[in-house]
Amino acid sequence: MSILGTRVVRTEDPRLLTAGGTYVDDVRAPELAAAVRATFVRSPIAHAMVTGIDVSAALGAEGVVAVLTVADMDDLGPPPPPPEDGGDDEPGGEAAPVPLGGLWAEPLLAVDRVRFVGEPVAIVLTDDRYQGEDAAELVSVDYEPLPPVANAETALAGETLLFPGTKSNIAAMAGVTGNGSAGDGSIFDGCDVVVEQAIGNQRLAPVPMEGRAVAAAWADGKLTVWVSTQNAQISRFILAGALGLDPDAIRVIAPDVGGGFGAKIGIDRDGLIVAWAAKHTGRPVRWAETRSENMTGMTHGRAQRHVIKIGGTRDGRILAYALDVVQDTGAFPRMGGFLPSLTNLMATGPYAIGQVQASYRVVVTNTTPISAYRGAGRPEATAAVERAVDLFAAETGLDPGEVRRINLVPIDQFPYSTPSGATYDTGDYVTALDKVLAGAGYAELRAEQARRRERGDVLQLGIGLASYVEITAADAAGGETARLVVHGDGTATVYTGSSAHGQGHHTVWAMLVESELGIPMADVTVIHGDTDLIPAGVGTYASRSLQLGGVAVQKAAVDVKDQARLVAADLMEASEADLELDTERGVWQVRGDPATSRTWAEIAGHAGAEGLTAATNFTEGQPTFPFGTHLAVAEVDTETGKARLIRHVTVDDAGTVVSPVLAEGQRHGGIAQGVAQALLEEMVYDADGNPVTATLVDYAIITAAELPSFELLASETPTTVNPLGVKGIGEAGTIGATPATQNAVIDALGHLGVRHIDMPLTPNRVWAAINAAGENGGSR
Amino acid sequence: MIPAPFTYRRAGSVDEALGLAAEGGEDAKFLAGGHSLLPLMKLRLAVPETLIDIGRLGELRYVRSGDGHIAVGALSTHSDLATSGLLARELPLLAHAAGQVGDPQVRHCGTIGGSLAHADSAADLPAVALALDAVLVARGPSGTREIAAGDFFQGLFESALQPGELLTEIRVPRPQAPARWAFQKFTKRAIDWAIVGVAVQGSNVALVNMGQTPVRASAVEQALAAGAAPGDAAAHAADQTSPPEDLNADRPYREHLARVLVARALEESAARP
Amino acid sequence: MKISMTVNGSEIGGEVPDRTLLVHFLREVAGLTAANVGCDTSSCGACTVLLDGRSVKSCTLLAAQADGRDVVTVEGLTSGPDDLHPMQRAFRAEHALQCGFCTPGMVMAAVSLLAENPSPTEEEVRTALEGNLCRCTGYHNIVRAVLAAARDGAASASPAAGQAAAASPAGPGRPA
Repeated sequence: MSILGTRVVRTEDPRLLTAGGTYVDDVRAPELAAAVRATFVRSPIAHAMVTGIDVSAALGAEGVVAVLTVADMDDLGPPPPPPEDGGDDEPGGEAAPVPLGGLWAEPLLAVDRVRFVGEPVAIVLTDDRYQGEDAAELVSVDYEPLPPVANAETALAGETLLFPGTKSNIAAMAGVTGNGSAGDGSIFDGCDVVVEQAIGNQRLAPVPMEGRAVAAAWADGKLTVWVSTQNAQISRFILAGALGLDPDAIRVIAPDVGGGFGAKIGIDRDGLIVAWAAKHTGRPVRWAETRSENMTGMTHGRAQRHVIKIGGTRDGRILAYALDVVQDTGAFPRMGGFLPSLTNLMATGPYAIGQVQASYRVVVTNTTPISAYRGAGRPEATAAVERAVDLFAAETGLDPGEVRRINLVPIDQFPYSTPSGATYDTGDYVTALDKVLAGAGYAELRAEQARRRERGDVLQLGIGLASYVEITAADAAGGETARLVVHGDGTATVYTGSSAHGQGHHTVWAMLVESELGIPMADVTVIHGDTDLIPAGVGTYASRSLQLGGVAVQKAAVDVKDQARLVAADLMEASEADLELDTERGVWQVRGDPATSRTWAEIAGHAGAEGLTAATNFTEGQPTFPFGTHLAVAEVDTETGKARLIRHVTVDDAGTVVSPVLAEGQRHGGIAQGVAQALLEEMVYDADGNPVTATLVDYAIITAAELPSFELLASETPTTVNPLGVKGIGEAGTIGATPATQNAVIDALGHLGVRHIDMPLTPNRVWAAINAAGENGGSR
Repeated sequence: MIPAPFTYRRAGSVDEALGLAAEGGEDAKFLAGGHSLLPLMKLRLAVPETLIDIGRLGELRYVRSGDGHIAVGALSTHSDLATSGLLARELPLLAHAAGQVGDPQVRHCGTIGGSLAHADSAADLPAVALALDAVLVARGPSGTREIAAGDFFQGLFESALQPGELLTEIRVPRPQAPARWAFQKFTKRAIDWAIVGVAVQGSNVALVNMGQTPVRASAVEQALAAGAAPGDAAAHAADQTSPPEDLNADRPYREHLARVLVARALEESAARP
Repeated sequence: MKISMTVNGSEIGGEVPDRTLLVHFLREVAGLTAANVGCDTSSCGACTVLLDGRSVKSCTLLAAQADGRDVVTVEGLTSGPDDLHPMQRAFRAEHALQCGFCTPGMVMAAVSLLAENPSPTEEEVRTALEGNLCRCTGYHNIVRAVLAAARDGAASASPAAGQAAAASPAGPGRPA
């Protein structure tokens, strides 16, 4: 009876619940004993030339150790050369390196201009934290304003270019892909029903509860850097490149990390400045940003505008779909075309649509740079196609569930290749839809909706569906590492390249070892995030960890088992073929003869002083495609426009479930963020590029009071591409929840003539839509 | 995140508080619960040079029955008011509204005096004070005076308090019909400031966030006095108001919400047994 | 100025700048780093501790305001990882934490809730936690944990119970 698939509570929790986690700002290492505190001076203006920086007053402030600007950075090498494909003045394509360099390159401290509010201009080092803000206020920077390019429309108009020498503000683009390659819309020629819609997928702020934090110490030719990161090893390489150091001279440690959601991949610009400051001054430096800094200094997510066109037959068959994406990438194209290329790749979602065309342009604007945020390009694809399907259903008068069922890829078509270039491994989309409809009581919900419409109730009911498929471990070829050691005392240590920041890897990796070897979880220590102990690894993003890092752990365990068999045979003077590992009791024995049993301690001890070790790098994985359906029930007050989510029912199928407890937790968290995008969150800039939602008072993170408990249904359709049969669950909940919730609110108002409302569906926006539709949902 | 430097002084009595305020002059501020002031100071939107902590003046923390009125000490916390049995019986509008301020942690610290003195038109208690015809008692260097709620709120973050004056008590005339109350607080999330709010006590109707100060919906009150049905009276809710425009609401939407919420509040108040 | 307060049963004192926030006093003078700073607008609740038995946001209080008073942080709920308070037990059993950053504040807010309302409904739990933000869990399991702890009699195990009861909700105010 394997422990896999059973409800195991986390090993991480006793420490987190009693002493609290050790996040970067909690670290009390001796190397940091005499650390100074870093406070940044940041641009208050979206677009300007920097004509002078006067640090003299700041230098005289209490506790100031140094005030550093770009003028002090002469100890750094020149920036990397421009990319070979000539990305200087032509837009980078899909193959462009990420981030784009050359003319689009991003400096560390601002050089001669600033391009977004929050861009770092100087760094102040003080003896203690409280003195930092006082001193930073005294740094005087002269700005000569330039015309702000505050949104994608302005960027495309091109009157002001952010980067001298470039031809436009388009940093990357892909022309029409998919098999509708004519790009002239002719794919819709055979369609009886065609709907076109402009859709916004609004800019979001990731808001992990722990902001960015870095502590760095330079001593004896070695740089030690603690980073709140999802990737210690990648951070090390970024640091090496940016600071001109040999990677061997750098140690990166990821302690406990208070959430990442894709925005803590590697180490970012501000973190590099902190590390440089430590090397430059020879003093250890600590930095933990405030939330206000985080709202504009940490990368944002989403920020796409879509034009969709969907066409098909009157009886609900979708024949053609077109998606054009304009990706606002903020002030610097840190991700090149990566995000919208994933959006285009997943354009058709779980539907068998014969004719597809997809395209994108990436534009720079004077706003915070965009990067990955839970889903990273795939929520956008799902949100677009799920709105398109509902619009198509409304046009045909057919039930949205029925339209989905007609068009979902049937179970006998896998692996399924889409016209936009993805090959889905396994899936059972129709069953997922049917399970959710049954679990939610769809017919009764529609009946209740009809009753309320009949009565003309103020509180109307909306039911929203979203069927989705998404790509996880898109970079599976990059692999993941694991090293397993069984010690002479019979305990084990796992060194994993994965990098948990809440996901519970320590628990699951221990479960995998117990399942394979019979060593109890309590005797398995898992270590991650220290490049001295784990020099090679990729880390955690793209929902890759279980299917790559976990599989690597299992493979290492199998390797250890194979080695142990040889050692046991020697110790027990038996032939290998006669030996068995009893994983229930965790002992080796001659088959069927428990009296001969030997413990792991005895076997490992017999192997030698180092015990048994196996190291793997699992690179044979491939991207996998979890899928599901979400159904949201929303109640909308048609007099005020306020929408409330009252139920949320899901299937999120990510293959074999190794830990049901943790999988549910990932789904819950994903759903909450997805709902929040639909109803509440938006990172707003005014026409001058000033952030309007710059604190948690104005940026509406969802709370427990706005959510119901969720109804999660079980579904496991294993993948064939890895031995565990697992796909990634981390982002799926977010991807399904956003469009289901958006569709639910719009559905509540369908009888009033409302067809589309852009997110977030705030009360004001919903009320305005009701009014515009011309029905009396408004005033008494 | 960190307030600018200041000098902290703690007052052991109201007299001492007034003395310290006189010493500190214009750059001195009273610190009650700190939940209006400290957030501003942390963002450096307020930079007083002296903070006079009055938070331990227990003599200003009470809820009492008086002659024809209920007397609430200015340092009563929102939590005190929300859980007061006396208020639940005699002034349920105030008890209920106090229980809606912020979240439990804020309610454990924030005080009614602090909230009223802060005079934020988006806060709940200023409008409640208007609806209750409250009288605000202030003590200053030149003695004690009573200020009607209608005169107290003079502008956004501007009250009638003079420098060095301390709010000591909120005196509310006993309502004729305590049960004729309603409080409609319309927010995006439960934790948010009201986009628009309505406080009703008897025939008094006051509005949250429909102007630079809390305001009485006089046109509604006049219509009711003239015998209009509540639904018709509510149609005047936005008359003579200048609602702000912000992220959450444009002007037409706020005006619309005022009408909807006043109608609902009047209905709720009338339906109470 | 000189400040001293009782933290988790022990007297902690220090000479600190007047403007020192209580959360920094706890983290840096008392060395108790479980309470975290997650925002600068009193929105997130990650800094929640008990002050004289009631939940407060320690980032929105000066250490000076807590001078001479009684503070309990999550570190003070138990004697260690093998002796969990019912609320901590429930959080673990229900998988009510992922990255753990909001958890100390969430646990203390929940402890304070049960001290004032020993048998809350789900809706009451959700409303009571509106000042505590979590980005990882979606709150689903946190709510389950609080309800489980309530069933488990957590209110009577709370260090806050005695003090909350002493602060009488009605009648004359407490002495200074």
